[in-house]
Amino acid sequence: MSEITYASVKVGDVIPALTKDEITRITLGLFAGASGDHNPIHIDIDFARAAGMEDVFAHGMLSMAYLAQILTNWVPQTALRSYAVRFTAITHLKDRISCSGEITEKFQENGETRVRVAVRAANQDGDVKLAGDAVIVLP
Amino acid sequence: MIDRSHIGREFGVHTADIEKGRLRFFAKATGETNPIYFDEDAAKAADLPTLPSPPTFLFSMDMEVPEPFEILSVLNVDLGKVLHGNQAFEYFKDVYAGDAITFRSEITDIFDKKGGALEFIDVKTRATNQQGDLVAEMARTFVIRNG
Repeated sequence: MSEITYASVKVGDVIPALTKDEITRITLGLFAGASGDHNPIHIDIDFARAAGMEDVFAHGMLSMAYLAQILTNWVPQTALRSYAVRFTAITHLKDRISCSGEITEKFQENGETRVRVAVRAANQDGDVKLAGDAVIVLP
Repeated sequence: MIDRSHIGREFGVHTADIEKGRLRFFAKATGETNPIYFDEDAAKAADLPTLPSPPTFLFSMDMEVPEPFEILSVLNVDLGKVLHGNQAFEYFKDVYAGDAITFRSEITDIFDKKGGALEFIDVKTRATNQQGDLVAEMARTFVIRNG
């Protein structure tokens, strides 16, 4: 893979996308343990129903971790300066999350050449679940 | 309505170790395929000292505080009504397995919309390493469904 440089990219370029496996109850159980987020709303259907939800639903941070993978698959993580998302909709069981990103800005800051990448995660129906951006340093 | 006098309240000071086993578990749970996140030899081959802490992992380490939802109890908020509204990270230094990260959180704002049907709690968390260097800042918003 040739090195990605500030000069080699332009606004409007997309970065390689990624589609994750379908989210199952096992996904949520494992992520609860690995992430340390034991909120029962994600793993206990009785609790979720008592809270007025139809079923358990995915941790927002699971999709945020998925979405980060398109960044760290594209550039070394040491190039990441910031990463922020809004959780725009609940991610449900059986959703398959696709992650995509597009360069929206090239700029210089703190003596570094940086790009802003707009990122989003959507399910198989195209419903956007997370949207945000990341700032990345390119040589 | 949540008592606005909690704005400025500090909470959740604790220190968490960044452990290789936990990093591998996180990689598995997130379907990570980039081996630098779970194979130490691959990390070293990529000129990293050891396994790195992936971009959102510090949020998880902040959940290692003994009572991660205690602040919601203090604010008299029902955990079942809470959604994660947004989340931001700013990165200042790289974090690797073997680091010990100290977290300090503060409630920076509490506000409501739709006549109180939705309430919002903004929290900022600073993460410093064992040298006392700021490694990251995290900002999150809890959304409370009162409707």
